[in-house]
Amino acid sequence: MPRPPLVARSTLSGVLAGVGLVAFVDETVFHQLLHWHHFYDRSTSDAGLVSDGLFHALGFVAVVTGLFLLADLHRRSGLVVGRWVGGLLLGAGGFQLYDGLVQHKVFGLHQIRYGVPLLPYDVTWDGVAVVLLVAGAVLTRRARPARAASS
Amino acid sequence: MHAAGPGLLAVLGPLAGVVAVVAHLVLVVVLRRSGRAWSGWRSVAWVLGCALAILAVAGPLPAAAASSAPAHMVGHLLLGMLAPLLLVLGAPVTLVLRALPVGAARRLSRVLRSRPLRVLTEPAVAAVLDVGGLWLLYATPLLATAAGHPVLDVVVHAHVLLAGYLFTAVLVGRDPLPHRRGTPHRLVVLVLALAAHDVLAKWLYAHADGADARLGAQVMYYGGDGVDLALAVLVCLRWYASSYRRETSAHLIC
Repeated sequence: MPRPPLVARSTLSGVLAGVGLVAFVDETVFHQLLHWHHFYDRSTSDAGLVSDGLFHALGFVAVVTGLFLLADLHRRSGLVVGRWVGGLLLGAGGFQLYDGLVQHKVFGLHQIRYGVPLLPYDVTWDGVAVVLLVAGAVLTRRARPARAASS
Repeated sequence: MHAAGPGLLAVLGPLAGVVAVVAHLVLVVVLRRSGRAWSGWRSVAWVLGCALAILAVAGPLPAAAASSAPAHMVGHLLLGMLAPLLLVLGAPVTLVLRALPVGAARRLSRVLRSRPLRVLTEPAVAAVLDVGGLWLLYATPLLATAAGHPVLDVVVHAHVLLAGYLFTAVLVGRDPLPHRRGTPHRLVVLVLALAAHDVLAKWLYAHADGADARLGAQVMYYGGDGVDLALAVLVCLRWYASSYRRETSAHLIC
């Protein structure tokens, strides 16, 4: 029995996995491997601490929830792959942009790297975020399920 | 009197732990004798949970914790997060309900449905008791005060263990609860509670004097992640299994 594709749930699963993926890359690559990011710097505001705590806690829960939703979509044969990948890029880009603009700049949580001119790093960081967001939006628009496209 | 005082926790803690293990084993024997099944894994989890809780309050770890913030935080993670998780996986309420005679089990389940437990097992309430207690402990002079007052010290450690247990049981426990909130509700409370835990860890880092205290705060921050991950997996695993059951039973009806 063919079942209707679960469009919104495919997007949700992708977005959650994307947020988790960026949080994971940020923590392993930039904090632990490169040591560019600092655990804390003296300019960190209280709002920055709260925001960091929220997104740090959200990252793990998001990736786990996103992957369980993916397994469930697969089980129900309802996965819309384009929506999932689009959601992944949207989640990753959205979180990266929030991290780059709000956490790094507004809250002064920490900078991307220390002892170097920051502008190229900020532009690259936020530029990558925008590219991810645009790619995610395009993919999501294109990946309409057959039913919606024919109507 | 005061000289013997600081050892109170180191005596009562292991005593309570051993009593909990013995009581568990007696109930399992009673259950098995009456021909009912009990998963050995639950017993393993319960015994390990008791052992970790004992390690956190007696022996070399608390001795080291007196002069080392990382050792103190490892103790905190064991007593407040890892031991509670293992104890919850041991499903003690289910064991007691199954082992008790029917009348007593009914009375116990009435207590479990009572109003105070209804309030306590609200996820947000359990989270505030758990993480709020930690803020009270670390962001005020309570910890230093408790170190000099043996009875307060016992109360503080008992609270950390029990509040950790309550929070974990509400999120991922298999024991019966008066009501259980839905999966999204529990996931949101999990994120908020662990965020409050992470913020506290970074706040401690910001106010730490010396490298030792800063390392301790980082142990708290990253140690919380491990338990965060385990709790998220357990919440989702349960949703995954139960939504499949609903799905297949719906098909059987059709």
